[in-house]
Amino acid sequence: MGKGMSYQIPEDEYMYSGDVACPGCGAGLAMRLALKALGPRTILVLPASCWSIIAGPFPYSALSVPVYHTAFETGGSTAAGVRAALDMKSDRETTVVTWAGDGGTFDIGLQALSGAVERNENFIYVCYDNEAYMNTGIQRSSATPFGAWTSTTPIGHTKDQPKKDMVGIMAAHRIPYAATANIAYPEDLVRKFQKARAMKGSRFIHILATCPPGWRIASDLSVKVARMAVQTRIFPLYEVENGVKYTINVRPKGLPVSLYLKMQDRFKHLTAEDMAIIQENVDREWERLEDRVASS
Amino acid sequence: MEKVIIGNYAVSYGAQLARVQVIAAYPITPQTQIVEKLAEMCASGELNARFIPVESEHSAMASTIGAAATGARAFTATSSQGLALMHEMIHWAAASRLPIVMANVNRALGPGWSIWADQNDSLSQRDTGWLQFYCESNQEVLDTVLQGYRIAEQVMLPVMINLDGFLLSHTSEPVDIPDQALVDRYLPLARRDLILDPDDPHSFGGLVNPEHYMEMRHKMHQAQLQGKEAAREADAQFKAIFGRSYGLVEGYRLEGAELALVVSGTIASTSRVAVDRLREQGEKVGLLKIRMFRPFPGEEVGELLGGFKKVAVIDRNISFGHGGIFCQELKSALYNLPKRPQVYGYIAGLGGRDVTPQTILDIAELTACRNVPPAEADWIWVKV
Repeated sequence: MGKGMSYQIPEDEYMYSGDVACPGCGAGLAMRLALKALGPRTILVLPASCWSIIAGPFPYSALSVPVYHTAFETGGSTAAGVRAALDMKSDRETTVVTWAGDGGTFDIGLQALSGAVERNENFIYVCYDNEAYMNTGIQRSSATPFGAWTSTTPIGHTKDQPKKDMVGIMAAHRIPYAATANIAYPEDLVRKFQKARAMKGSRFIHILATCPPGWRIASDLSVKVARMAVQTRIFPLYEVENGVKYTINVRPKGLPVSLYLKMQDRFKHLTAEDMAIIQENVDREWERLEDRVASS
Repeated sequence: MEKVIIGNYAVSYGAQLARVQVIAAYPITPQTQIVEKLAEMCASGELNARFIPVESEHSAMASTIGAAATGARAFTATSSQGLALMHEMIHWAAASRLPIVMANVNRALGPGWSIWADQNDSLSQRDTGWLQFYCESNQEVLDTVLQGYRIAEQVMLPVMINLDGFLLSHTSEPVDIPDQALVDRYLPLARRDLILDPDDPHSFGGLVNPEHYMEMRHKMHQAQLQGKEAAREADAQFKAIFGRSYGLVEGYRLEGAELALVVSGTIASTSRVAVDRLREQGEKVGLLKIRMFRPFPGEEVGELLGGFKKVAVIDRNISFGHGGIFCQELKSALYNLPKRPQVYGYIAGLGGRDVTPQTILDIAELTACRNVPPAEADWIWVKV
């Protein structure tokens, strides 16, 4: 650590060693970092996802905070009930956090999530996004990016729709806070969780969570690939307050998307033309984001 | 205090008197008035509770579960399609061992759309682990909400209270609204252990390997069975404080009867009228009302019906391909008795078809002139 630099991330640990995540799991690292920011007065609601397994089988738990495992599509609704019960006990200190995957958020849980944030339920909803149904063996979700191989979008029939704009959907609900975060930017991630924790109402944090088996990358490249997603502007780091105030937190130079895509075998079938289409999409989305920043 | 109220409001007053703390609900006919009334009570401060106006019944049950898992006394109400949509979470509530009480207004399932009375909605939830009660009057509805919480919190399983759509839900009857202080004595709010609490962190509902899952289900089954004793105790205490009791089943004019009619819900009150009429004519007919469906009160049924030659079960429900559901349950409860009666099955009143005293009289007559029960249940007054 250089002179004048300080370690910004709390050293407290709320995730024990010995969880059952795959080596290099982005979702595991994301949880570890998030809990450092959230602290011990947190109740986690875990809808079906990789984390249903990572947290450990009965009678074990990989986490030192209370956890309620719930059904796939109930991340928004179960948390609303937990919050209501805490309110009845006048417990204003405890933060209710739903921790869901992209399937539970973008697809099956979208209705309950929309209902909860439309009511501005007082909780943080986290989507750790590994861009497919990884726990069941890498099936396409609406978070899967254009062109990616999955077990239900095999080569020759890969996904030809872009990824759903989840933060845009949340922003359209005009919730107090929506943000993206990335395990390769831990200070930014921790700051966002600390900021979210201090706010009231519905808060949404979308974390890109690399998945070595699903993305066909080596375990030790997990963080590097995650960083490249930001550097290529494929996964911009930004915040939206009250649905209108946009802020970009990291401004990368914008490396060619091919550098990101070529790191992962789920994209290895892509042609130069495919990559050009992706580059075009990424450039357009970045411009749109810049426009929103400029007009907010 | 006596009030003339509809069955739906009897549920609302029951929930209010139980001092429920979290209500999550979604509108559906003919249930809606229950939660409208509760929303009003929360808004006016008559009831100190959080009301969550969720976007679906699936979410209603999920929110109710979240609240109960955090230690709140939680309540919801639904009907028919809403109950069907909840199905996944109905299982979740029971296997989470949460003392939730839910009112279900019995209504037919579509298609075709029908909003009228029919028990197929709740009976489709038979194997979820919930205790189930079927009510005959608005007074019984209110009283069973209170008894329901007492039983649920004792055995740590959820309780479903069923009332017939429109026949009770929208029908006004005089109801004694018990005194709050007495209800508080009957149903004190106690802090539960093993809830979501940062000061005592636990993980609930995670992955269970085969070496533990079966034991958890065995405990659920044992808790269901204990539900009978818990219900007897809750009913006895209720009688001691409020002067009313219902039993798990209720026999009516069974003494000296040769034919026993077996019914549930509002068909019971109609059948009382028919039985009185038959008795006046010298016919030896009595009635058994089944109030508790899960756990099934097999012993009580066996004791009361064991000596009969003929039993006629009237079902406002149908298990397609195997007849009326109460009828099946009754047969299985009677099967191992040394001397068991003939059981005649009748299907009546589906989708709100009127069941009048004449329906019951026809069933009694049909049963009287037969010597052997037919293989299939009779569909009463069905146009074929």
